[in-house]
Amino acid sequence: MLRHILRRLLQMIPMLLGITLVSFAIIQLSPGDFLAEMRLNPIVSPQTVEQMRRNFGLDQPLHVQYLRWLWNAVRLDFGYSFAYHVPVMWLIGSRLFNTLVLNVVALAVAWAIAIPLGIHAARRQYSWSDNALSFAAYVGISTPTFFSGLFLLYWAFKTGWLPIGGMTSIQFDELAWWQKVLDVAHHMVVPVLVLGVFSVAGLMRQMRANLLEVLRQDYVRTARAKGLPEPVVLSKHAVRNAINPLITIFGFELGGLLGGSAILENVIGWPGLGKLIVEAVLQKDLYVVMASLVIGSVMLVVGNLIADILLAYSDPRIRYE
Amino acid sequence: MAQDAMRPARRLRATAEPAVVRTPAQLAWRQLRRHRMALVGGAVLVVLYTVVLLAEFLAPYGLDFSDRERFFHPPTVPMFRDAQGWSLRPFVHLTTLQDPGLRTYVADPTRRYYVRLLVRGEPYRLFGLIPSSWHLFGVDPPARLFLMGTDQSGRDQFSRIMYGSRISMSIGVLAAAITIPIGMLYGGIAGYYGGRVDNLMMRAAEIIMAFPGFYLLLALSAVLPTHVGCTTRFYLITVILAFLGWAGFSRLIRGMVLALKAQEYVLAAKAAGMNDLPIIVRHILPNTASLVIVVATLGIPGAILGESALSFFGFGVREPCASWGNLLTAASNLPTLMLSPWLLFPGVFIVAAVVAFNLFGDGLRDALDPRMRTG
Repeated sequence: MLRHILRRLLQMIPMLLGITLVSFAIIQLSPGDFLAEMRLNPIVSPQTVEQMRRNFGLDQPLHVQYLRWLWNAVRLDFGYSFAYHVPVMWLIGSRLFNTLVLNVVALAVAWAIAIPLGIHAARRQYSWSDNALSFAAYVGISTPTFFSGLFLLYWAFKTGWLPIGGMTSIQFDELAWWQKVLDVAHHMVVPVLVLGVFSVAGLMRQMRANLLEVLRQDYVRTARAKGLPEPVVLSKHAVRNAINPLITIFGFELGGLLGGSAILENVIGWPGLGKLIVEAVLQKDLYVVMASLVIGSVMLVVGNLIADILLAYSDPRIRYE
Repeated sequence: MAQDAMRPARRLRATAEPAVVRTPAQLAWRQLRRHRMALVGGAVLVVLYTVVLLAEFLAPYGLDFSDRERFFHPPTVPMFRDAQGWSLRPFVHLTTLQDPGLRTYVADPTRRYYVRLLVRGEPYRLFGLIPSSWHLFGVDPPARLFLMGTDQSGRDQFSRIMYGSRISMSIGVLAAAITIPIGMLYGGIAGYYGGRVDNLMMRAAEIIMAFPGFYLLLALSAVLPTHVGCTTRFYLITVILAFLGWAGFSRLIRGMVLALKAQEYVLAAKAAGMNDLPIIVRHILPNTASLVIVVATLGIPGAILGESALSFFGFGVREPCASWGNLLTAASNLPTLMLSPWLLFPGVFIVAAVVAFNLFGDGLRDALDPRMRTG
């Protein structure tokens, strides 16, 4: 087991290098930089611009810039944001937390809903409710989050039950801690609904397909034949085996935690990493874009690794030498 | 259970009657016809592509038509009845702006403007060739027929959605047209040679897949030159979407090629002295056709969603071109949306197109998979 993990960790290194290289190349290819705007600004003297260029190391040849950036990135120093004049890590740190909170809650809600629905759909295959759920799932995976987000915001406005966008109310700072939690939870309903519905659709379909497959197996027939009550057959024999393949999806979702809500964050004004990257791309804030790209991909890679480990742990057949 | 019991009987009958030889395409079509939801999806796609072809004819107004007096005008619903009584022909009333702040319009009920079929309107060239000025329906000016309301400059949303279908419905297909040959060749070579080559090629592809899709899409769109026409930008966005798609696609192909290369006919081709590349292209890759068709159909919605998300944020196809994504941008301003919810209409079309592709693709997968055939 340990060897399996070590092996996967070693395989990750060239991949991570590739990711940083691609990110760097993209940034270099993009026309214009943050300083270009400054050069046009009559208040800023050419000397200052030159000084900033040197400070950010933009006067160095490309490979030096890359290696320097890489060396710093290994020590979790992603440089300074041009636009905010603070270290990129500070910026990302707070945004990262907001994004993670939102996604973890959405993930938990989605799994709690999707698994029972999937089991139900598989048990009553081709029933009225199965067909309805299937169609709902199609619509769910086909609806872009920015559309469902806007739709729900409009609904929130019409009913007045929920706040329209943002993460906190105006008087947030004056609230007691438990009121703060409630306030954020209140703001979270719309985004969690949007993200939740989106992943419920995929998960439910997967669960249904897996369980249908398992229910056809001989050992389920055996369990039924020896007279076990149906709930026991289902919970002890079928569902356990049907959930196994979902572990891979879980790892993937773990990795996708950062990317999944990117679009939605911008629509509802949730101050997360996805909103940061859109702002950074607009402002040509190079180091912020690069750091978001790299951190996002590292999360994906690590998520896949966790999925692998979980899968190897739960299914001995996968542990190969 | 019931199916298992049926099977021997059918086999008996098949030996008794002369066998009907059907081509794989006929078998697939037979299977597809039984999949009702897939047919619904297919029908919606046919309708949407008809819109793509006939956009100018179906749209009552032109792409750039704007009625500055009627911005954020709510949808006009053709009526059959007003204070004067019933009418068999649908009609509308002339409206005028009453309160520019709340954007309320009052109708003038004294005169009916009938909705007429085949009216003369703005001239255009059908299919880019045939000059014409016929429109499927419309009302006589000064009345307006805004089926889905108007935007901030009084442009008819319904017409713009019709035109926008061109970009939104074609970007997925074009991206697939780039992705498929690249992905097939890349996956084919990796799978065929195996070992070190395969390892290296797949690791490279995995790097692309390791990025969160939207982040990479966004960063790449920032690379595009900003001062180009919207047609050029459309093609560049297509290239980016294809760049994101080929990696996952080539991995699927590679997996299939790994299995196919052990087949005897590949060995025979090798023994006959064929070179590697012709073997891959002529003998192995054609056998992945069914997989390719299915993956392409199921991959198109991804590209449609990608383009609409990019355009929605203003990084994709820009004004004055219309795509369903950039039409939705008007709705992203929340105060505006609260007063003018009809700005969400373009999103309905996105969802419809994507659902249709998914339904049709799933049906196609079942139809092309011999194991799923029910006879």
